[in-house]
Amino acid sequence: MISYYFSLAIRSLKRNIVLTILMIAAIGVGIGASMTTLTVFRAMGADPIPGKSARLFVPQIDNWGPNKDSGPAGSPHKLQNQLAYTDAVALMNAHAAARQSAMYASGLPLIPANPQLQPFQVRIRAAYTDFFPMFDVPFRYGAPWSAADDSAHADVAVISRELNDKLFAGADSVGKTVNLDNHAYRIVGVLQHWEPIPKFYDLIDEKFGKSAEVYLPFTRAIDARMDSWGSFNCKESPAGGWDGRLRSECIWIQFWVELPTSADAAQYRGFLQNYAAEQRRSGRFDWPPRTELRDVTQWLQFNEVVSDEFRILVLVSFSFLFVCLLNAMGLMLAKFMSRARDFGVRRALGANRRAIFAQCVIESGVIGFAGALLGLALTSLGLMGLRSLLSKSIAALTHLDAADISIVIALAVASTVIAGLYPTWRATRVQPAWHLKAQ
Amino acid sequence: MLKMTHLSKAYRTEVVETYALRDFSIHVRPGEFVAVTGPSGSGKTTFLTIAGLLEEFSGGEYQLDGSDVRGLDDNARSHLRNEKIGFIFQAFNLIPDLNVFDNVDVPLRYRGFNGAERRRRIQKSLERVGLSARSRHYPAELSGGQQQRVAIARALAGDPRLLLADEPTGNLDTHMARGVMELLEELHRDGATIVMVTHDPELAIRAQREVHIVDGQVVDLVAQPRLVRSAQA
Repeated sequence: MISYYFSLAIRSLKRNIVLTILMIAAIGVGIGASMTTLTVFRAMGADPIPGKSARLFVPQIDNWGPNKDSGPAGSPHKLQNQLAYTDAVALMNAHAAARQSAMYASGLPLIPANPQLQPFQVRIRAAYTDFFPMFDVPFRYGAPWSAADDSAHADVAVISRELNDKLFAGADSVGKTVNLDNHAYRIVGVLQHWEPIPKFYDLIDEKFGKSAEVYLPFTRAIDARMDSWGSFNCKESPAGGWDGRLRSECIWIQFWVELPTSADAAQYRGFLQNYAAEQRRSGRFDWPPRTELRDVTQWLQFNEVVSDEFRILVLVSFSFLFVCLLNAMGLMLAKFMSRARDFGVRRALGANRRAIFAQCVIESGVIGFAGALLGLALTSLGLMGLRSLLSKSIAALTHLDAADISIVIALAVASTVIAGLYPTWRATRVQPAWHLKAQ
Repeated sequence: MLKMTHLSKAYRTEVVETYALRDFSIHVRPGEFVAVTGPSGSGKTTFLTIAGLLEEFSGGEYQLDGSDVRGLDDNARSHLRNEKIGFIFQAFNLIPDLNVFDNVDVPLRYRGFNGAERRRRIQKSLERVGLSARSRHYPAELSGGQQQRVAIARALAGDPRLLLADEPTGNLDTHMARGVMELLEELHRDGATIVMVTHDPELAIRAQREVHIVDGQVVDLVAQPRLVRSAQA
C-alpha cells in the first residue's frame, strides 16, 4: 500500500501545481534559512578535539582581585582568561597534572636559507613539550622536543607542514635549521596539517585564527625575550623592561593541563585553590582566593566562541521555520479539506481511518522531501553567501556533508509531517455521509 | 441479508433531539431488489448511510449478512463495508484524478488483493458494464451515464453481498437513466441484492418491492409480487 500512497501523493500534488509550489516553497525557504544558520553554528561550536575535550582543562587564577568591572554587590567579577608569567611558571614547576604547558603566541622574521626567498614573518607558539601529545598534534616527520630540551632552553623547533613545504619543498627537514631573527633553531619535528577550529588552545585573540608556523620551547622564547603577539593585559603598566614584565601581574600566558580522570580534576582544583590561598598568605593577593578549572567545552562557552547574537540568530531562523511550517500547515489543511469528498468516497469504499491517515502522512512526507531538496539548494546558496562574510577558516567548515544533508531531509520531512498532522487528523475525521450526497 | 429492527437514529444538540429514524424496521432478503421511497427529509439517506455502515445508529439492532454490527470499531466497520457492500451514488463520486481503471481499483486496494487479482476483477467489472475499452479514460472524459457505469463497476469489483444505490439515476437524463436501470435489473437477475433509495415512483415500481418512509418510520410495506422487467420503459 505504501507505493500506492506514494503514487496517490504524486497525483494529488500534480492536481494543484500552484498550491503544491507554495507549500514546497514555504518549507524550502524555512529549511534553507534555519539550516544555513545551523550549519555555521555547528561549525563554530564544534568540539575541536573530540574524545579528549573533557580531559583538557584551563586553570584560571584571580590575580587582580575585585575591580570596577565587578557586577552588583555580591556577584563575582569575570575571571581573567590568561595567567601572569609568575603563576604560569609556578604551575609548571608544581607538575600537578599528567601533562601541562604554558604557552603564548609570538612572531619573528624568518630568514630562509634559499636566497631566492625573501625573509618573512612567521607565527610562533612558545610552549612546553607536553603541548604536542596533550593536543594530539600529528607529526609528519620527527617528534616533539624533549622535556630535557625544555629544561635546557634548547634552540630547537617544530615547524608546520605548510612552512616545511615552503622552505624544504615538503622533504624531511628534521636536523636542518631555521633562522629566526638571525638565530638558528634545529628542526626536530614537522607537523601534519593541524588547524583546530575553533583554535581552542588560544581563544584570546583569534578564535578562528591560523595555527603557528613555528613551535619553540617556552623557556627558549622567554630567554630570547620574544614579545607576545597576543593579548597582553595589565592592571598597571609594568616597569623594568622585560624582567619587569615577567614579574608583573600582567596576564598574557595561556595554560593547559591534561587531567585523565575526574578525580585528577578534583585534585587539581584543590591544588589551584591552595596555590591561590598561599599567594594570599604571602601577601601577593589581598582578596579571598578564587580559581576556576574549565574543560574545553566550558572554555569555549566562557570565551563566547559562539556569540549570544549568533545564538539568537539561530533561534530567529528556527522561529522563521516555525512560521513557514504554520503556513504550510494552513495550505495543507486547505488542500486536504478540499479533498474531503475524495476521502469520503474512499471511506465508503472500505478505507479505514488509518488508511486515510497513512495516505495523508505520506503526501505530507513527499511535500517535505520536495521542500528538503529546495531547502538544500537554498542552504547551499546561503552558505556560499556567508562564506564571503566569514573568515576563511570558518568558511572552510561551512559546507554541507552527508550528515548535514541527512539532517536537512530528516528535519524537512519530519517537520512537514508534524505540521501536516492536524490537517491529516481532520481528513481522517471526514464524515463520508456528509460528502457523498449529490452536489 | 439486511435486517434492521426497531432502529433509531437521533441527532442531539444541547437543547433539542431530532430523530431521523425512529422504530425503523426492515428486512431485505438475499437476492431481493428493494426500493426505498419517501419524501425529502423522510430519512431515506440516513437509512442508506446506516445500512452502509457510514454512520452509527442510536438504538435498535442491525444485522448485516448475519453479523450484528452494533459496537463495531472503525476498522471492523470499514472491513465489513469493503467486503460486503457496494455503493452507487447519485453524484457518481468518482475520484477525478484517477482514470477508470484506477477508480475501480480503489476498493480492491483496501481489500488487499494482489496485482493480478485486482486486474482480473477490474477487467471483469468493466466488461460487465460495457466499459472495458474506456479503462484509461478519466471521469471528465466520460458522459454521466458512463460515469455511473464506472461507479457500478467499482461497486461490483469486490463481489459485494449487497448493493446500496442512492438515487442512481438522479443526475442522468432519461436515456442514460434507462440504461443504468436496465443494468441494475440485469444485476438483480444475476442474483445481486439491491437496495435503491429513490423518490421517483417510476423507478420504484421496477423494484421487487417498495418500502416507504415518512418521518423516519416505515409507513407501509407494499408487496409487489411482480418480476422486474428489464425491457420496461
